[in-house]
Amino acid sequence: MVKPVSERAHTEWMVTPVGAGPVARRVVLGIVTVITLLFLVAPLALIVSSALSQGVGVFFRSLSDPGTQHAIWLTVITALIAVPLNIMFGLAAAWTVTKFEFPGRTLLISLIELPYSISPIVAGVAYLFVYGSQGLFGPLIEASGVKVMFALPAIVLASMFVTAPFVARELIPLMQVQGTDEEEAAVTLGASGFATFFRVTLPNVRWAVLYGAILCNARVMGEFGAVSVVSGNIRGQTTTLPLQIELLYQDYNVAGAFAAATVLTMVALATIVIKVALERIGRETDMPVARPPGH
Amino acid sequence: MRRSVIPGFGLSLGITVLYLGAIVLLPLCALILKASDVGLAQLWGILSSPRTLSAIRVTVTMALAATAFNAVYGLLLAWVLARYEFPGKRILDALVDVPFALPTAVAGLALTALFSKNGWFGAPLDAIGLKVAYAPVGIAIAMAFTSIPFVVRTVQPVIEDLGSDVEEAGRSLGANDFQILWRVIFPAIFPAFLAGCSLSFARSLGEFGAVIFIAGNQPMKTEIVALLTFIRLEEYNYEAAAAIATVMLAMAFAMLVITNAVQAWNLRYLGRGDG
Repeated sequence: MVKPVSERAHTEWMVTPVGAGPVARRVVLGIVTVITLLFLVAPLALIVSSALSQGVGVFFRSLSDPGTQHAIWLTVITALIAVPLNIMFGLAAAWTVTKFEFPGRTLLISLIELPYSISPIVAGVAYLFVYGSQGLFGPLIEASGVKVMFALPAIVLASMFVTAPFVARELIPLMQVQGTDEEEAAVTLGASGFATFFRVTLPNVRWAVLYGAILCNARVMGEFGAVSVVSGNIRGQTTTLPLQIELLYQDYNVAGAFAAATVLTMVALATIVIKVALERIGRETDMPVARPPGH
Repeated sequence: MRRSVIPGFGLSLGITVLYLGAIVLLPLCALILKASDVGLAQLWGILSSPRTLSAIRVTVTMALAATAFNAVYGLLLAWVLARYEFPGKRILDALVDVPFALPTAVAGLALTALFSKNGWFGAPLDAIGLKVAYAPVGIAIAMAFTSIPFVVRTVQPVIEDLGSDVEEAGRSLGANDFQILWRVIFPAIFPAFLAGCSLSFARSLGEFGAVIFIAGNQPMKTEIVALLTFIRLEEYNYEAAAAIATVMLAMAFAMLVITNAVQAWNLRYLGRGDG
């Protein structure tokens, strides 16, 4: 096992590394600390202080507003549907591109990552042209009486679009490294395909699945652009929590907007805490949990 | 195809293709189909209208400004996280993930409150005559916030992997700190740096949630392309929405091609270094 570079670097230096001098170090650290406090910490601090500035009573009263309650419920339902489907897709996609060689494999990997590059607004508009009354299936869906657009199905579908790569992206590099030896051994010893998957592959990647699922969940709960197009933003019906923030803000209900924002901030902070914990588990179990370069 | 003893290829490929087809490709095809229905003359009319051109100009300029800021701050952040040990390093590392984990609407709300006239930063800035919220620079700040992790997370691992040998060689040949930084370290991290910046730029071009809170959204002044698309939809002007969304899609594809080219170059660069 090769030692991580960060450890190696400290033992092997023969000269003072660039930037390690006391003055350079202090200046660079100082600049980074100041910008980080202004740029990354201040927004977080402001959300919490604004939500609590009018007292805990107002905070909880804002959250018990029926519109906000419904938005929380809708957001949770959306995540409960979209995240498990995304896990299933991520596992299937990673299994396909890492356990098999086939023509078009590289293209498939590019397609899996495609939603990362597309603006959520474009995703929302694109869905409108499938299921909206102007869309490809619009007349068909209207005739059948099922409501897709401006309702829960469209919100779930748009969330699935923007988060499609989340679990797959964590699994592919990991399963690539793990190779196919263990699965081949299991199959050769007579295990069925499903037994191999559930008893060999899945235990090997369980932390990475959780890691991807946590990031996916944060994105589903926080998605704004795509959902704001496909939900139609119908007050009290299709407003998810991020949309509710905008609605309250436009109503000049700043306390309510910040209370709703605080709930989502707590989800975000919990996500980061779990992510850091999973990265530590990944290091301890020698499982390279990939750092996501982007969402 | 190489024969594999592992079963389940058909099933897993089927699920993957079905999901991608129904969730990702079908809507994109529908969008392109809709845009291609719009006649060429009408398409030109939509895209060359002053309002569309202004929105594209505002979006591209502010995305460039945001990327320039992220290039400097992101590089410094990556350097600090990769090369220094200090108390609070874990917290700083976790803070880099905040823009990804925090919903864009929350980021937009918080930044607007910070920079509005009586906000923590807005009040002192207003006193010296600087307007950030409801002005173009506010757009750049929102874009920079949501895309900063791209630069850090792309550059950080490359700095961590830099061996001490090249620096020692430079030092023993008599180079000073600045020469080593400029001639040895920067060339090695440049491809990753460029890749991170192009990811940050691409994300900034498409950002919606964070920007619309802080921008003020005045047509011809602080209206971004994503918002104009949204407005055209609300006006039931589906042709215009399809046309502008397709332009955004084309920009995304162009950025994807550029980023992939840079990353391929990056990998070749790293491969050469390993020997």
